[in-house]
Amino acid sequence: MANQDYEVHEHDVIVIGAGGAGLRAAIEAAAQGVSVGLVCKSLLGKAHTVMAEGGIAAALGNVWPEDNWQVHFRDTMRGGKMLNNWRMAQLHAQEAPERVLELERWGALFDRTKDGRILQRDFGGHRYARLAHVGDRTGLEMIRTLQYHGIHQGLDVYMECTITRLLKDGDRVVGAVGYWRESGRVVVFKAKAVILATGGIGKAWKITSNSWEYTGDGHSLALWAGADLIDMEFVQFHPTGMVWPPSVRGILVTEGVRGDGGTLKNSEGKRFMFDYIPEFFKGETADNEAEADRWYEDKKNNRRTPDLLPRDEVARAINSEVKAGRGSPHGGVFLDINTRRPADYIKKRLPSMYHQFKELAGVDITKEPMEVGPTCHYVMGGVRVDADTAQSTVKGLFAAGEVAGGMHGSNRLGGNSLSDLLVFGRRAGLYAALYAKDFGGTLVVDSAQVEQAARQMLAPFERTGGENPYAIQSDLQDTMQALVGIIRNEADLKEALKRLDVLKARAAKVRVDGHRQYNPGWHTALDLDSLLTVAECSALAALERKESRGGHTREDHPYTDDTWGKVNVVVRLKDGRIQVSREPLPEMPPDLKALFQERK
Amino acid sequence: MPTVTMHVFRGDARGGDFKEYRVEADPGMVVLDLIHRIQATQATDLAVRWNCKAGKCGSCSAEIDGKPRLMCMTRMDLFNEGEPISVAPIRGFPAIRDLVTDVSYNYVKAKQVPPLRIKPPEPDGTYRMMQEDIDRIQEFHKCIECFLCQDVCHVIRDHEENKRAFAGPRFFIKLASLDMHPLDTVDRSAFVKDAAGVGLCNITKCCTEVCPEHIHITDNAIIPLKERMADEFFDPVVWLLRKFRSKKKQPA
Ligand SMILES: Cc1cc2nc3c(=O)[nH]c(=O)nc-3n(C[C@H](O)[C@H](O)[C@H](O)COP(=O)(O)OP(=O)(O)OC[C@H]3O[C@@H](n4cnc5c(N)ncnc54)[C@H](O)[C@@H]3O)c2cc1C
Ligand code: SF4
Ligand code: SF4
Ligand code: FES
Repeated sequence: MANQDYEVHEHDVIVIGAGGAGLRAAIEAAAQGVSVGLVCKSLLGKAHTVMAEGGIAAALGNVWPEDNWQVHFRDTMRGGKMLNNWRMAQLHAQEAPERVLELERWGALFDRTKDGRILQRDFGGHRYARLAHVGDRTGLEMIRTLQYHGIHQGLDVYMECTITRLLKDGDRVVGAVGYWRESGRVVVFKAKAVILATGGIGKAWKITSNSWEYTGDGHSLALWAGADLIDMEFVQFHPTGMVWPPSVRGILVTEGVRGDGGTLKNSEGKRFMFDYIPEFFKGETADNEAEADRWYEDKKNNRRTPDLLPRDEVARAINSEVKAGRGSPHGGVFLDINTRRPADYIKKRLPSMYHQFKELAGVDITKEPMEVGPTCHYVMGGVRVDADTAQSTVKGLFAAGEVAGGMHGSNRLGGNSLSDLLVFGRRAGLYAALYAKDFGGTLVVDSAQVEQAARQMLAPFERTGGENPYAIQSDLQDTMQALVGIIRNEADLKEALKRLDVLKARAAKVRVDGHRQYNPGWHTALDLDSLLTVAECSALAALERKESRGGHTREDHPYTDDTWGKVNVVVRLKDGRIQVSREPLPEMPPDLKALFQERK
Repeated sequence: MPTVTMHVFRGDARGGDFKEYRVEADPGMVVLDLIHRIQATQATDLAVRWNCKAGKCGSCSAEIDGKPRLMCMTRMDLFNEGEPISVAPIRGFPAIRDLVTDVSYNYVKAKQVPPLRIKPPEPDGTYRMMQEDIDRIQEFHKCIECFLCQDVCHVIRDHEENKRAFAGPRFFIKLASLDMHPLDTVDRSAFVKDAAGVGLCNITKCCTEVCPEHIHITDNAIIPLKERMADEFFDPVVWLLRKFRSKKKQPA
């Protein structure tokens, strides 16, 4: 392929991904005075962040003055079953309030308290009402605010442009290669530093709240460039996705429903969560309905309702109820807010849930209960980064947002993602810009790497025979759903890896029809590469961790094991193969440890 | 399972035509599900934009049986059984391929809108805003940028030449939301009149009718903008007074 076949852009920093993390990173890098390119697969403003509903967790203390970063830190670590990178959890809790106030200064309008400050709502695992929100469309407010602030900061935005490989010069990353979705033409970005902000991997499962974009591209790009990934066994199944009708199965029902008073019930009308309070959370969870209901108004004298236990607990509980035959008609359980809150309140607080159920399921949630069940939602695992600088284990490569690992340990608390995007997006932008300023030597891009990437991209067009990419994608999703789901065991995981090998062989022969211009079949074929890679990482890590913790439940190892609480499972590429190892967690300093002894 | 007949536009900037597909529809399906099914089984290269499949991202705009709608929020049981359903790209923007159009006009306009510039904070370093002062703007902030309102607005739908000096309903609500923002300090009257061309709008309300977020684009944004323009463009004192009044509403 001759040089003139592709266009080249050069920046100090390129950011791959334009969700909350990518936009915040790009804004910060630009503020440091370097040239910034922002690349995304969809149009600007359409990233996953736009779908976030419930809110942004930040210890502003507007509703409960008792709240502060230490409490938030402690909740986050406990929610993650202590497997979080403590330093990330600390920075996150400390900096989230300022990041939220900054959004307000950039034009965001959060719902207000009576005295005109930012209102905060209850969410699972958070001791106090902590989530800054706008009804149930917080992500929309966040992305629009960042987007409209960002376009005036001198960023170059490359929309509908998919990156397929990173470029390296020796041991450092120096750019990326991809294609324009519209024309199918190859494009090269030369950059001193690259920030990954590509989001998650949820499209590898059949029942998911995630969109077509969540094929784990950033995770794979990092792995292929030689970076470490950690915690890939931890995948969050959100307890409440829609279950009916089939075409909307998996679409998210915000935890805000429970935060605002909704409760889970089984087919016998029982609030079953009281039967599933784990030892670890007994001290802080109400064991009877009266106390649970009083807690919404009076948090000092009552313990939290078990409906708001961390997500992994609630998802497993729903799973058990359905298995025991106490599920709803379509294989979920009931989520009742209709008998508990007035219609006006529901419509004001949860307008898009009202709309979503009314239009898509024909259910009026002010009059009838919702039917809900677990849906694949979020990956805790991701690129291993330095907590302060967001730099990966490869020079010049940074990662922030869902694609980065460590912050959430084995389970993420609701609302902690949006705050994570802001805190670590900013840090990644800052440190990538500083790195770019210090970049020694000249920026050289190896044309052989570009040409190889281009050949890989175009290969599916040259094959005859071979399969339709959608068929392979669908079989992959079935495999992960059945064998690497909420409840796992060794035999299933081994079977999954075997099937993934077969799928890889099929994907290597995938064929596409038509031409290069805006061709979703081709895009799907290319995405299979990263989708299969992250599926394999996740299954391998799940096989390695022989205990149950957070978003990883092994029926053959049902208990949480302290020795496993001291290690991360790390995956990296060695001689073209994915290798798994266990490496010690960074040790928490004594002053932070003390926070876990003081109170129950 | 009923089989439905879909007439889907296939083509690009040079032209194209409707192509017939026969697909099975499961209960509760929306138009986007059927487009995906066609893609997976009959036409892998059928171009379409989508992300959330829940009416939240505004990617999947199309003209379904001639009506501008979100494909992911249009249920199949809306249509009479047995009748073919046509799906075409939004016509107000240049075609790229199949159901995908070039909406870059909107991104150009977005960048032209003079951004928020906020006043200094309260003595404690924070800002106070009362819920009742932001209710109206929160309505505007519901906009998912599906650009369906831009698609139907007759000022630009068939008049390419108007695009230069007309921002369109999406950006009228953007302008109104900035203008009504309790912390904002910018005077956008000249921009609203000249660059955004609010005068070209003759309040047909077509935009409001198609808005999937049910934003009262004309009544709550465009009409107030027009009224203000008339008052303030010739009298900057009125503008100052209004900013001053909205400031007084804040608690100390
Ligand atoms: C329905 C739903 C509701 C949620 N609600 C909440 C909530 O209330 N609170 C909360 O804290 N969290 C919530 N979450 C989680 C949270 O929204 C996500 O984790 C978060 O938005 C991820 O942000 P991000 O910036 O990392 O990535 P995203 O916003 O997903 O952005 C990823 C970006 O990367 C781009 N990209 C990906 N691959 C490539 C590639 N190969 N080349 C170029 N670009 C690429 C995409 O185009 C996109 O721009 C919710 C998630 C969902 C799905
Ligand atoms: S009311 Fe104005 S902006 Fe809306 S469609 Fe009619 S002319 Fe266009
Ligand atoms: S105002 Fe309504 S119709 Fe127009 S872009 Fe926004 S959501 Fe779409
Ligand atoms: S896919 Fe997001 S609005 Fe239709």
